[in-house]
Amino acid sequence: MIEDTGNLFHGFSVVLQPYNIMLMVLGIVLGVIIGVLPGLGGANGIAILLPLTFSMSPTSAIIMLSCIYWGALFGGAITSVLFNIPGEPWSVATTFDGYPMAQQGKAGEALTAAFTSSFAGALFAVIMITLLAPLVASFALEFGPPEIFSVYFLAFCSFVGLSKEPPFKTIAAMMIGFGLGAVGLDQMTGQLRLTFGFSELLSGFDFLIAVIGLFGIGEILLTMEEGLNFRGNSARIDPKVVWQTWKELPTYWATSLRSCLIGCWMGISPAGATPASFMSYGIAKRVSRRGKFFGKGEIEGVVAPETAAHAAGTSALLPMLSLGVPGSPTAAVLLGGLLIWGLQPGPLLFVEQKDFVWGLIASMYLGNVVGLLIVLTCVPLFAAILRVPFSIIGPIILVMCAIGAYTVHNNSFDVVMMLVFGVAGYLLKKTNYPMAPMVLAIVLGDKAEEAFRQSLLASQGGLAVFFSNKLVGTIMMLGLVVLFWPLIQGLWSRVRQPATA
Amino acid sequence: MSESSHSSGGAGPSHRSVEIGVVLFMALLAAIGIVGSLRVGIDWGAEGPKAGFFPFYISLIVLMSCVVNLVGVLREFTGREVFAEWGQIRQVLSVVIPTTIYVFAVPILGMYVSSGLLIAVFMKWIGRYSWPIVLALSIGVPLATFLMFERWFLVPLPKGPLEDWLGL
Repeated sequence: MIEDTGNLFHGFSVVLQPYNIMLMVLGIVLGVIIGVLPGLGGANGIAILLPLTFSMSPTSAIIMLSCIYWGALFGGAITSVLFNIPGEPWSVATTFDGYPMAQQGKAGEALTAAFTSSFAGALFAVIMITLLAPLVASFALEFGPPEIFSVYFLAFCSFVGLSKEPPFKTIAAMMIGFGLGAVGLDQMTGQLRLTFGFSELLSGFDFLIAVIGLFGIGEILLTMEEGLNFRGNSARIDPKVVWQTWKELPTYWATSLRSCLIGCWMGISPAGATPASFMSYGIAKRVSRRGKFFGKGEIEGVVAPETAAHAAGTSALLPMLSLGVPGSPTAAVLLGGLLIWGLQPGPLLFVEQKDFVWGLIASMYLGNVVGLLIVLTCVPLFAAILRVPFSIIGPIILVMCAIGAYTVHNNSFDVVMMLVFGVAGYLLKKTNYPMAPMVLAIVLGDKAEEAFRQSLLASQGGLAVFFSNKLVGTIMMLGLVVLFWPLIQGLWSRVRQPATA
Repeated sequence: MSESSHSSGGAGPSHRSVEIGVVLFMALLAAIGIVGSLRVGIDWGAEGPKAGFFPFYISLIVLMSCVVNLVGVLREFTGREVFAEWGQIRQVLSVVIPTTIYVFAVPILGMYVSSGLLIAVFMKWIGRYSWPIVLALSIGVPLATFLMFERWFLVPLPKGPLEDWLGL
């Protein structure tokens, strides 16, 4: 514990170097822009900018990229409140009360509340990461292949059990992701598979290309289909409004705390920020004394989803850092970055790369402070970006996606694949297949397969190895419970029904 | 902004047929996966399970989910629901088609020239801006990209005849 405090202070000293502070500010500004623009989400934005960091030191690179992530989380709120357009899926719930507030001329209050509660949620999650991540990592150092596989199993089961899409669509999307991840060289035997003689497929499908296509191009196509009429409220945040709102916010401490807890829980289990924001909004509406005013411009209705979304978005980095299992597509892209910089994500990171880990954690604290200051002062500037017509911004985003896809491997074929993934993303989104599990499956496919096969090798093919000790058995059982959660819930309510009736 | 019709009265391809198409395509991918896995072997080898072991069962699960999803789709949709109106689909195609040409032009013309052309086509065709603005942006953005990537970050992007001619 004391050693960790020392490490954290060392991390701060790394982050506070002028070069890193510059990268931090740059990252936040880029992130907010990414969050504001349609077609450029956190995951996609970081994937595009990842190649620019290849020449940086890993610590500087992760500082910039994670700050892009915080910026994107903040940026989503701006468009939700001012334009009624959620820049990110997790800001959908923010539009419910944020936009009505803006229409009543209280945009400043709504934005201040959104940013401040985002900040509070993130801070809560960062403190949790600081305290828990080293513990989880040291615990996970003992893991063998069966335990590692069971953690992956739990992660993927929670996608199926907790997502709102039909379970078999989630399974199909996820398994296709695993299949795409398996194409190319087999890590264990060194054999080529599923390439059918195409030399382009030798290195398999890179998930960064999939992210840029599915989330970037797909999103642009959806935006085009929906047609574009951005009619926004203008906003200026003056210090008096900020101060007024800040005086009011502490009255919602209970909502905040509840949303923080929901966010952290949902963020660690890879269900992610979006369901966390909805769940938090729903519970706040049910619990609050002013619940019946929700949806008409209630400030508490902005606090609840924003706090939860930011807490979830931040805590998604906990399993990524300590276990190597990302809790969200964006965390997955950051994990991809680690691999490219030559770092092995997972528990060993805390032993071998102290500078990196604690630099990242320190940058989470500072990045959110800097982010809060930047968004509070620069809202009109960011809102102006959204008023640039889409026929100008659209092709520029397309070009940026193409450059991003090309620079991953300096390969023109990847640009073609990006477009294929883009059209697929549009169709999948329209037909209600979730894309997050597909992306995570492409990233984790090789590792999950390796752990699975190593376990089977040790047990000579018996599946009982996954229940051979208390730890692995518990995690696997937990996974099964989450997997069948909708069924269990259905049964439970059927059992309870006659009793209440 | 693109003024083309949102008023085309709700006609369009049925949602059901698109859903069925997606399911069939996934089933096709699964079938390819199964064939490919069988080729490299799905049983037990010298180093444990062979290379095709994992993808084989993955593909089987995809195939199984496709069956369930197909049944679900047939139950849920009658065929009257519209996937998207024709006008909307035209909007989507107005991005997909130029982008398709663009991704194949990149290796030939280079990243910068083709990007400039894409921006110009978009602004002129969809946005209907006047030539001075179109030219300013379609030359300015690739130029800025060039300076940023080739000079500042030292990341080379594909180049074509124009860059050769300029000797860059």
